[in-house]
Amino acid sequence: MTAGSPRTIAAVASGKIARVALQQLGRGATALPGIIALRVAPNAIAELSATLSHGAVCVSGTNGKTTTTRMLSDIVRVAGWQPVHNRSGSNLDRGIAAALLADATWGAEVRGDVGIFEVDEASVPRVLARLAPRVLVITNLFRDQLDRYFEIDALAQRIGNAIAGLRESTTLVLNADDPIVAYLAERHRGPVLTFGVDDATVGGTVPQAISDATRCPRCKQPLAYRRVILAHVGDWYCAYCGLERAPRDVSATGVRLEANASRVRLGGAVASAVDEVVVPLPGLYNAYNALAAIAAARALDISLGTATRALASFKPAFGRLEVIEAEGRRLRLVLVKNPAGFNAAIGALLETDRHPRILAALNDRDADSRDVSWIWDADFEALAPRVAHATVTGLRGRDLALRLKYAGVPRDRVTVIDGWVAAIRAAIAGTPVGQELVVIATYTAMLALRDALSRLGYVGQFWED
Amino acid sequence: MDLRIGHLYPDLMSIYGDRGNVLALTQRATWRGFEVETRAFTTGAPWDASWADLYFFGGGQDQGQDIVGADLQAAHGAQLKESIAGGAAVFSVCGGYQLLGREYVPEVGAAIPGLGAMDVTTRAGKVRFVGNLLAETDDGKMLIGFENHSGYTYLGPAAKPLGRVIAGHGNNDTDKTEGAVQGKLIGCYLHGSALPKNPWLADQLIAWGLARRHGEVRLATLDDAEEIAAQTQAAEVATTRT
Repeated sequence: MTAGSPRTIAAVASGKIARVALQQLGRGATALPGIIALRVAPNAIAELSATLSHGAVCVSGTNGKTTTTRMLSDIVRVAGWQPVHNRSGSNLDRGIAAALLADATWGAEVRGDVGIFEVDEASVPRVLARLAPRVLVITNLFRDQLDRYFEIDALAQRIGNAIAGLRESTTLVLNADDPIVAYLAERHRGPVLTFGVDDATVGGTVPQAISDATRCPRCKQPLAYRRVILAHVGDWYCAYCGLERAPRDVSATGVRLEANASRVRLGGAVASAVDEVVVPLPGLYNAYNALAAIAAARALDISLGTATRALASFKPAFGRLEVIEAEGRRLRLVLVKNPAGFNAAIGALLETDRHPRILAALNDRDADSRDVSWIWDADFEALAPRVAHATVTGLRGRDLALRLKYAGVPRDRVTVIDGWVAAIRAAIAGTPVGQELVVIATYTAMLALRDALSRLGYVGQFWED
Repeated sequence: MDLRIGHLYPDLMSIYGDRGNVLALTQRATWRGFEVETRAFTTGAPWDASWADLYFFGGGQDQGQDIVGADLQAAHGAQLKESIAGGAAVFSVCGGYQLLGREYVPEVGAAIPGLGAMDVTTRAGKVRFVGNLLAETDDGKMLIGFENHSGYTYLGPAAKPLGRVIAGHGNNDTDKTEGAVQGKLIGCYLHGSALPKNPWLADQLIAWGLARRHGEVRLATLDDAEEIAAQTQAAEVATTRT
């Protein structure tokens, strides 16, 4: 390994100093050191990542990228490699730079074997311009934060253009069940690996209200579905031009959803290697995340047995169905940020909890989506008849209470409370001891709730993990 | 008594939570004891111009908007015009609003014709207007929502502004108007969704819709505590944080 250029060494030094200073102040150093390092040496990501002996994996898409990167990070660790991972979820180029320099020596060599980077979908072009990944994973593309990402067709176009600039040596890992994502294969010169769900009992035949890809990505005619799994994801085909779901390299032929886990049977060439993949997280979308991680592991030449072993002991990330104990109640934290993610989370919740008690928090800061319109696309109607009680809070809590009203939740089952601590206290008090409170919140609302929970003595800061 | 809602191109023009508008119309009519039926009007089969009392026309992505624009230049456009002439009301947002107008003038290339049902014209703008939008009608009613558009809309003499902008940009930023009213047609740039947080507007549309087949109907007053609370909180955000 060669040491970095003087400029990159300087960048690493300034970033490291910023990191230490921030930690002295008791702050999480998830992005600022990266901003500083990139200012000193814009080339820092390229130089630092070039020292990774197994290359870098970038994971992007609307939903599932945090969980997928964490799964992959566990997998490479079981394979005996040291991952460099932007684990805090800071997923712009600065977050990647921060992760690299956190693990870099003062001589600008990275003490790791493989980069596992979550990449914000709007930042894919910027990141790919600075880093040539060995593997690029796209999980799915749903409507999300329309004030920031704008329209999904335009976003797919931007990602496609970035993919067209990739080297042939990059393996592209795509969700075959998402037509917008699957069509990105057309833009890549190198190898493509696909994953998908092929269990006929999963999904239905009726398209859901929030479908984004009702049109064929090639000829723009209406798409048809043999099976709809979530929004526009499913077994799709175009009756006009003949485009259809590509054969799946990693295919889940059997998916059994349980209260706290999914059991996935794999078909095709890999079928004989393992009986079942156990994903210790509820919800079909986590089974998808596991398929993405398995496909990426395969692109890194890691065996399926290794991947399966790592997945079996997987722990969820911040706000991704983690559980916190508080005064004899179990708080299950669910981070939501867009209609598809909300519907998937609610689907998983209702599979296991008949009449959930909920603490719901809606914020409208940049990281949440300043436009709260998305809550009207989310399927609160599925949740409404089952809600035992909802405590509602957040900067736009009243929009959320209104959404519940129009979804048909009776007024006496909704309480609006301003202030994080007050809302948490009321929600916990309203939950019988030994029972579960489901905390559904957008990103900055979840941060605020976590902070309040921590001040009440229930949980550590999330960047400690 | 029943209300028939036609949802225009729900498969192509339903972005930014516009579905909430149909939900608001449906619930507010249902709560008052009216029967509500909603049907989709989209590409393909001919439309029954006599069916709907009230249409909702939402915003779409560029791709959807191109398809819908072309579709409205054919038979469906004539059927919608016939329906409007027969007394149907229309509530449109963003792309739907633009498509009801005379034309859309892109930065380069020829103007794209609209339905011409509203006397408004939209030109592609350089800056996209994204943010909370607060406006007020001439008789002091509040309009609150979230705008996200790069088309700048200008009103002709037959269209009247729906409101005056207090915070945000509205139709085109320069004349400080938001939306347009022309007969029983309303267009605006309010996502959010618009109607749940602007219940007076939802009720106006319901009354117009009912009037087509049932004559003047007095709407019972609803308890709008949650609507007003959400409106107030959103207006606060619009005036302090945007």
